[in-house]
Amino acid sequence: MHFKSGFGGAVALAVAAFGLSTAAEAQMKVGFVYVGPIGDHGWNYQHHQGLLELKKALGSKVTTTHVEKVPENADATRVITKLASTGHNLIFTTSFGYMNPTNKVAKRFPKVTFEHATGYKRLSPNVSTYSARFYEGRYVAGKIVGKMTKTNTIGYVASFPIPEVIRGINATYLSAKSVNPKIKIKVVWVSTWYDPGKEADAAKALIDQGADVIMQHTDSPAPLQVAEKRGVYAVGQASDMRNFGKKAHLTAIVNNWAPYYVARTKAVMDGNWQQQNTWHGFKEGMVKMAPYNSAIPADVVKLAEDTRKGIIAGTIHPFEGEIRDQAGKVRIPAGKRADDGLMAGMNFYVQGIDGTIPK
Amino acid sequence: MSIDWLVPAILTIVTAATPLVFAAVGETVVEKAGVLNLGVEGMMIMGAIAAFATAVSTGSEVLAILAGAAAGLLLSLIFGVLCVYLQSNQVATGLALTIFGLGLSALIGHSYVGATFDGLAKLDIPGVSDIPTIGPLIFGHDVLVYLSVISVALVAWFLNSTRAGLLVRAVGENHDAAHSIGYSVMLVRMGAILFGGAMAGIGGAYLSVAYTPLWVENMTAGRGWIALALVVFASWKPWRAFFGAYLFGGITIIQLYAQGMGVEVSAQFLSMLPYLATILVLVVISRDSAKARLNAPACLGKNFHVSG
Amino acid sequence: MLIRLEQRPEASNIMVYVSPLIAVVLTILTAMIMFGALGVDPAKAIETFFIEPVSTLDGVAELLVKATPLVLIGVGLSLGFQANVWNIGAEGQLVIGALAGGGLALAFYGQSSTLLVPAMLVCGVIGGMAWAAIPAWMKTRFNTNEILTSLMLTYVGLLVLSYLVHGPWKDPEGQNFPESRLFHDSALLPILIDETRLNVGWLLALFVVVLGWILMSRHIIGFQIKVIGMAPMAGAFAGFKENRLIWITLLISGGCAGLAGVIELSGAIGQIVPSISPGYGFTAIIVAFLGRLHPVGVLFAGLLMALTYLGGDSAQITMNLPNAVTGVFQGMLLFFLLASDVLIRYRVRFGPPRVKAEAAE
Repeated sequence: MHFKSGFGGAVALAVAAFGLSTAAEAQMKVGFVYVGPIGDHGWNYQHHQGLLELKKALGSKVTTTHVEKVPENADATRVITKLASTGHNLIFTTSFGYMNPTNKVAKRFPKVTFEHATGYKRLSPNVSTYSARFYEGRYVAGKIVGKMTKTNTIGYVASFPIPEVIRGINATYLSAKSVNPKIKIKVVWVSTWYDPGKEADAAKALIDQGADVIMQHTDSPAPLQVAEKRGVYAVGQASDMRNFGKKAHLTAIVNNWAPYYVARTKAVMDGNWQQQNTWHGFKEGMVKMAPYNSAIPADVVKLAEDTRKGIIAGTIHPFEGEIRDQAGKVRIPAGKRADDGLMAGMNFYVQGIDGTIPK
Repeated sequence: MSIDWLVPAILTIVTAATPLVFAAVGETVVEKAGVLNLGVEGMMIMGAIAAFATAVSTGSEVLAILAGAAAGLLLSLIFGVLCVYLQSNQVATGLALTIFGLGLSALIGHSYVGATFDGLAKLDIPGVSDIPTIGPLIFGHDVLVYLSVISVALVAWFLNSTRAGLLVRAVGENHDAAHSIGYSVMLVRMGAILFGGAMAGIGGAYLSVAYTPLWVENMTAGRGWIALALVVFASWKPWRAFFGAYLFGGITIIQLYAQGMGVEVSAQFLSMLPYLATILVLVVISRDSAKARLNAPACLGKNFHVSG
Repeated sequence: MLIRLEQRPEASNIMVYVSPLIAVVLTILTAMIMFGALGVDPAKAIETFFIEPVSTLDGVAELLVKATPLVLIGVGLSLGFQANVWNIGAEGQLVIGALAGGGLALAFYGQSSTLLVPAMLVCGVIGGMAWAAIPAWMKTRFNTNEILTSLMLTYVGLLVLSYLVHGPWKDPEGQNFPESRLFHDSALLPILIDETRLNVGWLLALFVVVLGWILMSRHIIGFQIKVIGMAPMAGAFAGFKENRLIWITLLISGGCAGLAGVIELSGAIGQIVPSISPGYGFTAIIVAFLGRLHPVGVLFAGLLMALTYLGGDSAQITMNLPNAVTGVFQGMLLFFLLASDVLIRYRVRFGPPRVKAEAAE
């Protein structure tokens, strides 16, 4: 309930000042569920950075809890239930595999608010979903790698063939192609999100086969380290990975969850939280580019920045027609932009990419 | 297509195989003494964090490797005391050791996430390392790679040609007989276990100081289990374990290169290949049952206690 | 040596019950020191690990849900371990069993029939058995070491699962994400207590415990297993066919693992996901040994192990301890439990061995 009038507001403030809200504030408990260890320096690490910033921003008004390494199976439901039944008012479940568990628990605890990352199901009114438009970052990175490669070959260390990853490969390729018509992209699937040794091996294989810029859609900084050692360039994933390869690190596509976490927590505290499906990008600050490497020529930096600003302003869209798939079928007609539904379920390579998506 | 990638591909295989070689050869000695330590993964990960922490704080690679060995050794000491002196079950204790090692390494490693150091340098002998093909293949590795080959040779020589090696094998073959001749079964087994722990620790150290010079939790990613498989795969022969490690590393790496070349096979099927190949080779070598039985330590996994 | 172990003439019955208590007390003492060193209130930490998780009905239900696969697989494995058949690939058998049962649920999607769940359970058992039959066949036919083949087949099984959920069995309306559609109600195990996840699977686990106990103590196969395990030569002499026991024990342990897999899917998860089990097949090996390879012991060991996982959740949620502490804590508990077993068969003696002392006089 909101007091719109000045008088009402004053009453509300007065009530707040005399204790009621201290009780309410003390009750504001936010829980986070992570799929891997915080110490992965990737996906989970970045969510935890969001938690830390949330604590910094709201201070004593909020207490936070996190549970790490929660497998995406029967354990997930147990942990989320446990959080919901121990006084947490808001629970962020930060991996796709928590989608059904989150919805299941949300139905049982209608008074608790749930936020699920990267999913699409919102079966009860107390569940929202959120994700980031990482492909926007890849589109900006694509301009840089397209310009920086001398062998015209991008090496791409990929995890699993889900739409998220395929979208990233397509965005990178389309962007690089637009500045370098001779560009080729080589994709190696490692079937893991997280195995530094295997990620490094894949990067080596790509470099040995002519790639001189490495992109990755896996979580550890290992591919970047390999690039540094071999004297080629790389683009970091999830966090600013500069420290792992100062020369190689062109930039990184940074997941920045903090603003969202702060905003949603405040919304619950203020009582104006509403169910929504959030897909934020550069504009809202959920995706960021890490500082550009000084080795990138000024005009390329400008190109990248113009692209970024264009995406924010809405003048540029990574998936703007005409875009055909490998079979030559028009997927996005000329002059049209891909809608969110098409992008969310993207399961085809765009024309020009060699190789096939593993089944 | 040129085959310029071939030499670097082999170098990649060497890097992938080396941690497995250390761990597998160490475990070979342990199992030859009649002890089955399934905690290799736990000892490796402890070696990895200890080595990385030491490298970051002292900058010394030698100290880092020693720290890795020491961490593996300390963890194996727990295993040894439990299994050799307190007669606990080896399979269960080994599994518990892995759980413990993964947890403890994560606890210690908490403050090292994101830290970096340059990593172990490749050997660089002016003139020699620059010879095309042969130069990098023979002289282009880091010092641990050479150490791994030397350790295989030493262990093979030790087990086959020395009195002490014979004693280790005797203890693994028939501990009661070895005891009745007057040897200390427990002491020999402890020694073997500690050696295996130190070697697994060095294998882990290789991951965090040479392979990928960084620390992230669970970075061994199952390599300890593969090392265990290699020991049996090699029917407890150090050189066979060495080649097994290279075969396993080779298949893993070649499937990555094949993808880069556009060979179209399902990712899951490609990833299955090393395991299927291991099973196949295993069936082939174990068909000769007399030979296979000869190599398997008869007392493997059985505890020993002086009765009476 | 001043402290030494002396073999008891026969295993101590008292110690069978006292030694786990000693282990728990030692763990608690050591853990208190560890928690103290980490700057955590030790008493509260212990309470959080052992008591808080089961202080609610929901908690108890979750404990039983978590223990179900551990007990099921543990009972199956313990039979084989007693016969020196080392099946360490239960994880793979669990996955294949789950796929067999889950595949049936998907094939009959939307059809309501009371026969579906029983059929799924049977398929699960058969799937697990089929996967365990491979190492059994290789062992009996080629003398191939079953430790290695069953372990390797675990990785293959996990990749089969990965292939199916990323490919043919993907939810058609699932935006290409790697998981199957949610099972319809007829494919879900009946729930025992409303508002919890406690399902019929727990009763099946208890049933298997009883079956295992009867098999080992009352049936000729149980007798043969024990004889072969203790003295293979004697078994062969008595005319027991070793190959037959290898087949039986591997099929039983594989079937139990497969059943656990399908129960996990149909009871606790409700769809096929890329990681069905968080390593139950491996944890159950420890459970089997903690339970001293006795079905009833396995039951208690499974409950204790499950409790440490729930305690790990609580430690993170109520005390903000990192997950790593759980691993260290579990490891210590297991070390003490395993070490304390020594007291059943041995006596701790202080002072030099008597024989030598006499000789010296």
